Amino acid sequence: MPVDWFPLWLSLRVACLATSFVLTVGTFIAYLLSHKSFRGKNLLDSLITLPLVLPPTVLGYYLLVLVGRASPLGQVYESVFHQPLVFTWQAAVVAAFLHSAPIYIKAARAILESVDYRYEWAAHSLGASEWRTFWRVTLPLARRGLSSLATLSFARSLGDFGVTIMVAGNIPGRTQTLSVAIYDAVESGNGRLARILVLVVSCTALALLWPAAHVSPPPERLPRTSRSSAAV
Amino acid sequence: MAPLAKSIDARLIKRFPAGRDSEAFELNVHFRAGPEVTVLSGPSGAGKTLLLNCLAGFARPDEGRILVNDELLFDAAAHIHLSPQQRRCGYIFQDHALFPHMTVRDNLLFAASAAPAGKGPALNRRRRVQELLAAFELADLAARKPAHLSGGQKQRAALARILVSEPRLLLLDEPTRGLDVRLRRAFYDVLRETHRRLEIPIVLVTHDLDESLELADCVYLLDRGRVLQSGSKDTVFARPETLEIARSLGIYNLLPATIAALDPGRHTSRLRVLDQEIEGPYLPGHLIGDSGFLCVRQSEMRVRPPVARSSGNQLVLRLTGASSSCRGVRVVFEHDVAAFVSESDFEQQLRGHERLALEIPPSAIYFIA
Repeated sequence: MPVDWFPLWLSLRVACLATSFVLTVGTFIAYLLSHKSFRGKNLLDSLITLPLVLPPTVLGYYLLVLVGRASPLGQVYESVFHQPLVFTWQAAVVAAFLHSAPIYIKAARAILESVDYRYEWAAHSLGASEWRTFWRVTLPLARRGLSSLATLSFARSLGDFGVTIMVAGNIPGRTQTLSVAIYDAVESGNGRLARILVLVVSCTALALLWPAAHVSPPPERLPRTSRSSAAV
Repeated sequence: MAPLAKSIDARLIKRFPAGRDSEAFELNVHFRAGPEVTVLSGPSGAGKTLLLNCLAGFARPDEGRILVNDELLFDAAAHIHLSPQQRRCGYIFQDHALFPHMTVRDNLLFAASAAPAGKGPALNRRRRVQELLAAFELADLAARKPAHLSGGQKQRAALARILVSEPRLLLLDEPTRGLDVRLRRAFYDVLRETHRRLEIPIVLVTHDLDESLELADCVYLLDRGRVLQSGSKDTVFARPETLEIARSLGIYNLLPATIAALDPGRHTSRLRVLDQEIEGPYLPGHLIGDSGFLCVRQSEMRVRPPVARSSGNQLVLRLTGASSSCRGVRVVFEHDVAAFVSESDFEQQLRGHERLALEIPPSAIYFIA
C-alpha cells in the first residue's frame, strides 16, 4: 500500500504559517513585556502562560467556543474568507500557534531583556526612534537567541495534537496533520504506516534541532552592571 | 534666529525609596552649566551618573525642570518629559556602547541617518561620516567591528559617532576609565579640540581629580545626592568650603590652627599652628582667637632641611615616613601632612633628618573655620 504523504506536507505548511505568526506577534508581545511597563502587564503574562498549563482539550474547547461558527469572531472570519474556520486546515494553524507561542514569548522576553540596555540608550541618544532602534540594534543583538527559538517553535508547531484534533478534526486529505495521522494509523491497526510516520516526525525534528545547536559565537558583551546600580 | 544661549539649567529631585537591599536615596541638585566643560566629581554613589541620566532623558526626575539652550526638556509641573531621541544629548557611556554587530563605519552611519540632517541624500551622510572618520584617525579602521579595536580607538569611535549625530551638548560618563595615562592624554586633547570647534556644553563625570583639574572649567562636587560645592575649577580646588570637602578631595594638608594676629593694613595674618607661628593672607570675616584648620595644597609646600634661623615662612614638623611615587618621593609628616620632593633633593638634602621645614607661601594658605 503506498504511503499517503499529504499529512507531512500539511504539517509542514501549518508549522511554517504558525511559526511566522509566532515570530511576528510573539516578538511584538515579548518586546512589550520586556521593554514597556503598562497596566495589566502581569495579567497578560499570566494569560500567555495559561496555554502551557491547561490540558489541550480544554484549550481546544475554548477555541471552539471562541471561533466556532456561532461565535462573533467565527462569523467575522466567515464573512471575510467566505468559509468557516473550524474543521479546516487553517484551524490547525491556529492550534499550532497556540501550542508554540507561549513558550516562544516567554523565552523571547528573557532574550530581549538580556540585550544590554546601554546599546538601546546609546541609539536613543543618537536620535534613533524606538522602531529604528528595535530593528537595527535590539533585534540584531537578540537574533542568535531568537533564531534558535524560532526553530524550537517550528518543531513544536509540527507536533501539536490535542488542540488540532479538537478544532481542525481528523479529515484525511483535508485537516489530517502528521501527529493526527499517526494517532489514526495506530487506532485503525495500520502499524506499518504508524512506524513510517513516527520515523518521519522524529527525523524532521532532529534535522531542525541539530543545526540550531551550531550557531555563531555570541557577540561581544559590555561588562554587566545592573540597571538599578547604573542609575545611581 | 537669535543666537542660542548655550547653557544648561537643571533643578531636579529624584527619589528612590528604601528597597529590600538598598537605602533610600534622593538626588536633589540645582545644576547650571555654560558652554564650557563642567566636571561632576564625587565618590561612587554620589548621584553623578544619575544626574547625567536625568539630563539625557533616561531617568525621569520626580520634581523640577531641565532647560537646555532655553528649551524645556523636562518640567514636572507641566508634565513635559522629552524622550532621549528628542533631547539629542550626545551621551558617551563608560564602555562606549559601540554597537558590536556593526562596523565602525556602520556605527557612524547609523548615527548619521538618525541625525536631524540625516534626511538628506545618502551621499551626504557618507561624506560626513568619511570626514569624521578621517578627523578621528579611524579611516583605516572603518571596516572593523568594535571588538577588534583598542581602548583608545573605541574611545575615538564613540566620540566620532556622537558628533555625527549633531548633539547640542555632550554628556560623558567616566570616559577614560580603564585607559592608560598616554591614552588619557590623547583623549583630553581630542576632547579639548572638539570643545573648541563645537562650543557646546560638555558635562563630564569622573572621580579622577587629575582629570577634573585637566579638563574642567567649572566643577560640581557631589556627595549623597547633594551638591557640596560648585564654581570655577580654581575656586573649588583652592577654596574648599568645608573641612569635609577638603578631606574628601585628599589633595590638601590640614592642620589645626588658631588666628594669632590679623593685620588688614599689610593684608596679612599670623596663624598659630602646633606651637609655631606662620604668616598667612588676611582673613576677612574672622576674629583673633578663632580656631579652625590651616589648609594648603600638598603641591604648594616646599620641603627644606631645618635651618636654625630661616627667613622663610615655614613650619617644622617631624618626619614619619617617605615612599616613592610617580610624582617623586612622598614625604609624610606628623598630623598626616604630606608633600612631594624630587628623588635627588630627597637623597642629597633631606635624608637622615628627623625634622624638616615646610616652606609655605602665605598666599597659598587657606583657613577653614
